[in-house]
Amino acid sequence: MTDIAATPSEFHDAHAPHHDADHKPSFFARWFMSTNHKDIGTLYLIFAICAGIIGGTISGLMRLELAEPGIQYLQGWAHFMGETNATMDQAYHLWNVLITAHGLIMIFFMVMPAMIGGFGNWFVPIMIGAPDMAFPRMNNISFWLLVPAFILLLGSTFFPGGTGNGAGTGWTLYPPLSTTGSQGPAVDMAILSMHLAGASSILGAINFITTIFNMRAPGMTLHKMPLFVWSVLVTAFLLLLALPVLAAAITMLLTDRNFGTTFYDASGGGDPILYQHLFWFFGHPEVYIMILPGFGIISQVIATFSRKPVFGYLGMAYAMVAIGVIGFVVWAHHMFTTGLSVNVKMYFTAATMVIAVPTGIKIFSWIATMWGGSISFKTPMLWALGFIFMFTIGGVTGVLLANGGIDDVLHDTYYVVAHFHYVLSLGAVFSLFAGFYYWFPKMSGRMYNELLGQIHFWVFFVGVNVLFFPMHFLGMQGMPRRYPDYPDAFTYYNHMASIGYVIMAVSMGVFFINLIWSLVAGRKAEANPWGEGATTLEWTLSSPPPFHQFETLPVIDSGSHH
Amino acid sequence: MKLAKTLLLALGLALAPAAVHAQDAPKQDSTTQAAAPAPGSATQAAPPAAAQSAAVPEVAPVPGVGMPVNEKIVLQDQYTPNGRKALWMHDYILVPMMVGISALVLLLLMFVIVRFRRARNPVPSRTSHNTLIEVIWTLVPVLILVAIAVPSISLLAAQFKPAGKDALTIKATGNQWYWVYSYPDNGGFEVISNMLQDKPEPGKRTRTPADGPRLLAVDNRLVIPVGREIRLLTTSNDVIHSFAVPAFWAKIDAVPGRINEISFKVEKEGVYFGQCSELCGARHGFMPIAVEVVSPAKFAAWVKSKGGTVPGTPSQPLVTPAAEHPVDATTGTDKPTPGTATPPATSQAAPTNGNN
Repeated sequence: MTDIAATPSEFHDAHAPHHDADHKPSFFARWFMSTNHKDIGTLYLIFAICAGIIGGTISGLMRLELAEPGIQYLQGWAHFMGETNATMDQAYHLWNVLITAHGLIMIFFMVMPAMIGGFGNWFVPIMIGAPDMAFPRMNNISFWLLVPAFILLLGSTFFPGGTGNGAGTGWTLYPPLSTTGSQGPAVDMAILSMHLAGASSILGAINFITTIFNMRAPGMTLHKMPLFVWSVLVTAFLLLLALPVLAAAITMLLTDRNFGTTFYDASGGGDPILYQHLFWFFGHPEVYIMILPGFGIISQVIATFSRKPVFGYLGMAYAMVAIGVIGFVVWAHHMFTTGLSVNVKMYFTAATMVIAVPTGIKIFSWIATMWGGSISFKTPMLWALGFIFMFTIGGVTGVLLANGGIDDVLHDTYYVVAHFHYVLSLGAVFSLFAGFYYWFPKMSGRMYNELLGQIHFWVFFVGVNVLFFPMHFLGMQGMPRRYPDYPDAFTYYNHMASIGYVIMAVSMGVFFINLIWSLVAGRKAEANPWGEGATTLEWTLSSPPPFHQFETLPVIDSGSHH
Repeated sequence: MKLAKTLLLALGLALAPAAVHAQDAPKQDSTTQAAAPAPGSATQAAPPAAAQSAAVPEVAPVPGVGMPVNEKIVLQDQYTPNGRKALWMHDYILVPMMVGISALVLLLLMFVIVRFRRARNPVPSRTSHNTLIEVIWTLVPVLILVAIAVPSISLLAAQFKPAGKDALTIKATGNQWYWVYSYPDNGGFEVISNMLQDKPEPGKRTRTPADGPRLLAVDNRLVIPVGREIRLLTTSNDVIHSFAVPAFWAKIDAVPGRINEISFKVEKEGVYFGQCSELCGARHGFMPIAVEVVSPAKFAAWVKSKGGTVPGTPSQPLVTPAAEHPVDATTGTDKPTPGTATPPATSQAAPTNGNN
């Protein structure tokens, strides 16, 4: 049932290289006024890589400062950013700007654009046998809204934001720090940036839902869609329901800041905790928005390289639906120390742990997919295997943190930092690399270098584990998050984490060498470089696919693969 | 190397003079009144200044107790009953669960990698369903979670058990970027707690080894009696802060316009450190919390030295050693004598909506 092999002969010849459909517009029209889902997907991927370089560089600066106790570099950087003779407070403020920028960039401008905008745009229409997205022009504005959003966020660094330049509120933008605590336009710019990025995602979500519900090829029923399409469908619903809440929350933040309202100000009858409830009502689904498409990618990769259909397809699909639904009713576990009542804490403890059940179904189903398979260990498969184990570690620490009574000692410490980097930096990012290597031949028409890909994986794997695993220990000993300096007793593991960053950074060098070398001189990729395990529709097209695919819709044979 | 450092620190602590604290160090915020005796408290003669500084309880921190330790991979030791309960659950229920599940997944992965690699298993099976195993791997996690939920819920219930009638109420107010502790049960005096700097600054004393580690030591500690339940109320004057002491398993946000409550009973005298745990602006990393836990007698003496009152003890000048008037923790239920509980001028402007 899961194995959606369209019989290639039905339509393959319609896509010969010199087909009429391959008329590409001129450069400007093609890349700046694009309505082609593949081109927009490529733009998203390029954007995400650029944002990832910036966000990753910021984390490098933070690891450099944290490598030794004491403040070594912050004042110099504040000077470099335009604050001549920066005071110590301005230097500390710069630290808060760095952590804020790192979080917002990685979430809104790296992971989401790459997963949903990049791979979602590229492969959802192809996998369901559609010629393009339902609303191609809306697709374009979705992408182009991200650009001013990113410029606003980066630009905010150069405007006053309270103690120093830039928004130093943390990515969560909690009031009153983000209202009365941060005078100046920087935080307004960051908030507007979130508005634009949110609008971009809502438009994208509408587009995906419409496309998936209305543009599936004949015979492609919902229960035959590849799991990646399922994952994007669930993600699109999460975006559609969660982002308006964020928009409302940060709009009230804007009016509190600029128009004298007091939604979040106790002295005017408001409540700062109200913001946290609204924010995390968005924020918790947001973490599933970042990981669910990754689940989809991993399912495709594992089935392909095990040469076996995904085990328990329906369970896998509905586990994602369950994660999406439960994800909306667990938000206050981010607020366990804000003074919730005992009943509220008990409820959110229990509800949060429930998420482990559908997540467990996914982990075990992936292993069962490999069980009995004929596994080849190409680079995408290595990333997928790494994903399963790293995500498991991030998942079990999540179950621990879900306990309201245990969370008290770990809340807002490096333990939490370690936890969410295991599910995001080692979960979501591993799945991004799995998808990137898996689909690189399809997108570019050239093979990546297998040796460099494997080196990238292993060095990255070692690096991020040396980087993030010691953070569990720092958190257990009590090191709080968002600190530019720490008592000397935290030196050892902070130093180790900084070494891990360097290892990780070296592996990213290998990645970029591989990327450039493969784009320029990589071996030409055939339509299906992965063999019989790759059964989804994109592998029936040439590599790269024609500019417009499926002008004659493929027909999915319902009988042959159950 | 590390050992040498530790020894050096211990030596420094042992040699440190007993009274390095200057309890009335200058403070930043002029709106917050210092811990001077209220003018109206005529029933109590203000102790002479010399006696005041002599009565300051002096406890030097023990390295490794109530503070982080380099290279350790476990939670800090716990010194409260609820902390020990929670630590037990963490160490004996949750960590084995985490290690077990991670090891199971790793073993299964290793097995399929070796057993089902293409060289060894060239022809894949086509199995894609097995209802029984799918039911098993849904139900077994449910059972594991139920097994975790039971102690977890009971732990929460224990943590939220309201403090008893004889509990000592203390209010911690977060400010950018220091803490103010007030003692409403003891006449309402306030203690302003700033981080001690290593660099000498005019008008401020610098940190000594007896104060505690760098970035954790403060000029005026939060002083509490050992073995007595503490009802800690937190609020804030500006942005959200969070009061945290890892060795007590205590962390509660200080939110402007709200009063949060947490209770704990510390079982051992000593000094315990924590740090602000909610991003509160530029010097978020530099407003530590230091709690000095002393005997009830020393606590009573300290309270009097700050101009406060100790309910249940005769209101007479405390010139004799405090040990002659041991304050029984369980008798501290009396209302403060009228006239002594003059509330100090505080900077509390925000209305409070009670929580919990």
